[in-house]
Amino acid sequence: MAGVLGTSIKRREDPALITGRGKYTDDLNVPGMAHAAIVRSPYAHARIRGIDASAAEALPGVLAVLTARDVAAAGIPGVVPVGWLLPDLKTPAHPMIAADTVRHVGDAVAVVVAEDRYIARDAADRVAVDYEPLDAVADVVAALEDGAPAVHEDAPGNVAFDWEIGERESVDAAFASAAHTVQLDLRNNRLIPHAIEPRAVLASYDSNAGSMTIHMTSQNPHVHRLLMTLASLGMPEHKVRIVAPEVGGGFGSKIHHYADEAIVGLCSMKLDRPVKWTATRTETNLTDAHGRDHSTHCALALDADGRITGLRVDTTAAMGAYLSTFAPAVPTYLYGTLMSGQYDIPAIHCHVTGVFTHTTPVDAYRGAGRPEATYVVERLMHLAGETTGLGPVEVRRRNFVSPDAFPYQTQVALAYDSGNYGPAMDRALEMIGYDDLRSEQASRRGNGGGRQIGIGFSSYIEACGLAPSAVVGSLGAQAGQWESADVRVHPTASVTVYTGSSSHGQGHETTFSQIVADRLGIDPEAVEVIHGDTDLVQFGMGTYGSRSAAVGGSAIARSVDKIIEKGKKIAAHLLEASAEDLEYEDGSFRVAGSPDRSLGLGDVALQAYLAHNYPDDLEPGLSATSFYDPSNFTYPFGTHVCVVEVDTETGSIELLRYAAVDDVGNVINPMIVDGQLHGGLAQGIGQALWENAVYDESGQLVSGSLMDYAVPKIHNLISFELDRTTTPCPHNPLGVKGVGEAGAIASPAAVVNAVVDALAPFGIDHIDMPLTPEKVWRAVNS
Amino acid sequence: MYPAQFDYRRAGSVDEALSLLQENEDAKLMAGGHSLIPMMKLRLAQPPVVIDIGRLDELKGISEGNGSVRVGSLTTHADIAASDVLAAHCPVLAEAAGHIGDAQVRNRGTIGGNIAHADPGSDIPPVLVLLGASIHLQSPSGARSVAAAEFFQDLLMTDVGEDEILTHVDAPALGAGTGAAYLKFEHPASGYAVVGAAASVTIENGRCTAAGLVVGGVDATPTAVDVSSLTGSDLSDDAIAAAASGLDAEDPIGDIFASGDYRVHVGKVYGKRALAAARDRAS
Repeated sequence: MAGVLGTSIKRREDPALITGRGKYTDDLNVPGMAHAAIVRSPYAHARIRGIDASAAEALPGVLAVLTARDVAAAGIPGVVPVGWLLPDLKTPAHPMIAADTVRHVGDAVAVVVAEDRYIARDAADRVAVDYEPLDAVADVVAALEDGAPAVHEDAPGNVAFDWEIGERESVDAAFASAAHTVQLDLRNNRLIPHAIEPRAVLASYDSNAGSMTIHMTSQNPHVHRLLMTLASLGMPEHKVRIVAPEVGGGFGSKIHHYADEAIVGLCSMKLDRPVKWTATRTETNLTDAHGRDHSTHCALALDADGRITGLRVDTTAAMGAYLSTFAPAVPTYLYGTLMSGQYDIPAIHCHVTGVFTHTTPVDAYRGAGRPEATYVVERLMHLAGETTGLGPVEVRRRNFVSPDAFPYQTQVALAYDSGNYGPAMDRALEMIGYDDLRSEQASRRGNGGGRQIGIGFSSYIEACGLAPSAVVGSLGAQAGQWESADVRVHPTASVTVYTGSSSHGQGHETTFSQIVADRLGIDPEAVEVIHGDTDLVQFGMGTYGSRSAAVGGSAIARSVDKIIEKGKKIAAHLLEASAEDLEYEDGSFRVAGSPDRSLGLGDVALQAYLAHNYPDDLEPGLSATSFYDPSNFTYPFGTHVCVVEVDTETGSIELLRYAAVDDVGNVINPMIVDGQLHGGLAQGIGQALWENAVYDESGQLVSGSLMDYAVPKIHNLISFELDRTTTPCPHNPLGVKGVGEAGAIASPAAVVNAVVDALAPFGIDHIDMPLTPEKVWRAVNS
Repeated sequence: MYPAQFDYRRAGSVDEALSLLQENEDAKLMAGGHSLIPMMKLRLAQPPVVIDIGRLDELKGISEGNGSVRVGSLTTHADIAASDVLAAHCPVLAEAAGHIGDAQVRNRGTIGGNIAHADPGSDIPPVLVLLGASIHLQSPSGARSVAAAEFFQDLLMTDVGEDEILTHVDAPALGAGTGAAYLKFEHPASGYAVVGAAASVTIENGRCTAAGLVVGGVDATPTAVDVSSLTGSDLSDDAIAAAASGLDAEDPIGDIFASGDYRVHVGKVYGKRALAAARDRAS
């Protein structure tokens, strides 16, 4: 249907979801279902001397208490694997249930299964675990110090990996001859993802068939099935079906394979009963993989004209107690490779040390490495603007990769396929009324009042739709990064799409139907989108890294194109024309130059299934499967501008304006794109101003509840001013890039730059996130 | 978040609630449930019996008479915030109630439950202390009232006896020439007050005849600040700042968001601003 692509069709998912009729994992109840409660370590580091489960077992309604001993007795692999390997990566074992040592608060030590979840919870309190508490280290820098408590015996010095990219020597040379240098020591604060729906699993083992169906909160059911069967439960892959019903947000936290889901699977196998477990919010905060947690020293060298000559980055990145699924990739290939930003930087070196700490594991969280990289680059650019006297706009403009330089090969592996950075910044300046704001700022500074305004920029680059598989594999991924799509045109010309890119709130069903409707010239309502079930959908890689439109959508487009090609052959036969002479437009196959000789898609589809009057050399049916492996990442970009007012008397920050100009390529559904930006901005601004996972010295998560961990609420935020430029991706069939993470990637630097800009008269050039009022007040008064 | 087992009893009258309290050791009264239920879900509270008094209409409602306002203990924050009676006679109480939680919390939470829980970050206690409100309690042996300043004893501790029910709050209506204001510095996570400053200023014939300032959040209980220096003053910004700077707390509370020192500092700043707002409303 013409005009369906690029229009804000309302999300077809919403009526059920917003009226409470969506079925999430915890909504599912099956006959004979029992409930699990997991007993977790209250210590960050302790030796388990013994476990006495007798009091729990004696409670009426308790069916079983399982410990590491039962995992061993089951003869299953029983571990939680890491899915991305780096050279010399230390991969200490991560048992499903801790056997003799616990390594973070929340580490699983036992599981109780009972007839209802209240009994399970009561019984969990009665499992007596005899702990011998040991010294712990929660801080990523402290973990590297001599004599720090060891998280794993087989990871000396708590080092998980030592990784670098770029050329150290050329960077040293750039600094040696620099006219200007700026440097920064910063912390990128640890975050807790906080999907609204906690992780949940309902495992139903069928001893007759030797099979198991697992409903769970998953961003990638096929990947979960692979890891669950191969590394944890040892069941044959074809005997396990994983279904992700409605999934209420993930932000990365539901990519990873956790111990808990495997433990519940084991419970179901042992009891031969369906077993359900839903994390409490406390468990969510203790066990969902956290994000960020870097300590970084970084520096930028510039020549006399303010052109960047070198960038040096040295980062210590927390891995937590165990290596989560994709954890090693996040602060390396998703971080170091982004260090060129939007800029033509001739020399870059980035060194990263991955460090074990006695904390919840850290893994991909919205943006995954790219927000951290953008924060480094864009904070340095702010300082460079100050030091060179060029200001934040000119210093960026002077260093942008020129629009005629694409494809642009960075010094850190990535080759940007396309880009045009100046217009996005120009538009942002225009939207925000930049010159007027600077006048207002000057007059406030002149008056010396207690409310100063600041303007902060973030000109970010994003690399999404991780690809191609061969390259990703060469970098250590234990998975491909293609996506599959099976598109089936039914005899009545309605369509079902089976996609490996499953939705957890993004609106795939709406946008993917738009792709098909546009290409096939049919109504989007005639397209059904099926996802999130390993029995229904061929293997797929799932939804993360802003990949669904660029990779999953492209696979769908490819399948539709194959269907059109086949349809042309059928239509040519029926029209007694040559397939080469046929065109497909607006749902009809037409003979070029003979507008009266045409057939609708329905006529062709029906004949494809009847096959009564059909080409001899063609198989019946009208469906196509594609496995699309992109040739490169896609590279969204943009400029965000944040305006804040700082109450210097209390240190409070008020957001005044936030303008974002993003270039995400062609847009399928503008409303959904705007929605993604709003959500990403909320999380990025949340990181800058409020969110912080805090551990005390003993490794207790002090901000373990929503009473202490501040996620942004609607009244904390303002109306975002959004616009776009459009530079289509040149290498995928839709020209789309990705938008899921852009807001979270760009905004922390924009906010911090704005606050630091407001406080420039106080000689402040940096405050670590989150910029709580007290920190700002102390900086102003120091 | 699953509470331990408990029995649920619903009281049909204040008298029935009082006898249920007598009959059940360690029972807890539940009004809107917004303080008690979270504590039970975290198993920080494990009462064997919960006595639901939430439907006792006799403890709901707002009235005015004889120069004071009366608010029943089961009156919701939403009703207090929207009350015409309070808007006319004691707007600062409505102002503070409007800052509590979000709309859902205000629709369920009650003034009685709020002050009986006595969270140091609650918005209502400093206003009641400022107003010189009296809090009325009933037990099988009779009724008594206690001044708000005496009612709040320590962190989560009040003067309510084990056999008592909080029935209502009486507060003096604000007279002509008196302005009052409540200013809140909100905790970004909990929504409670990091600092909540309640201030009043009375102006007669162009001069200040009375002023008060009570700050919540810096200490376990509301902290009254001696602002008597404002009486007779011109209420200049400088005079107000000097008066508010008298805020002191021996052992201020702190958390990972705001230290004790910082809370005292913000208390002074918000105290100053609340006094200035009260002054502007008085004149």
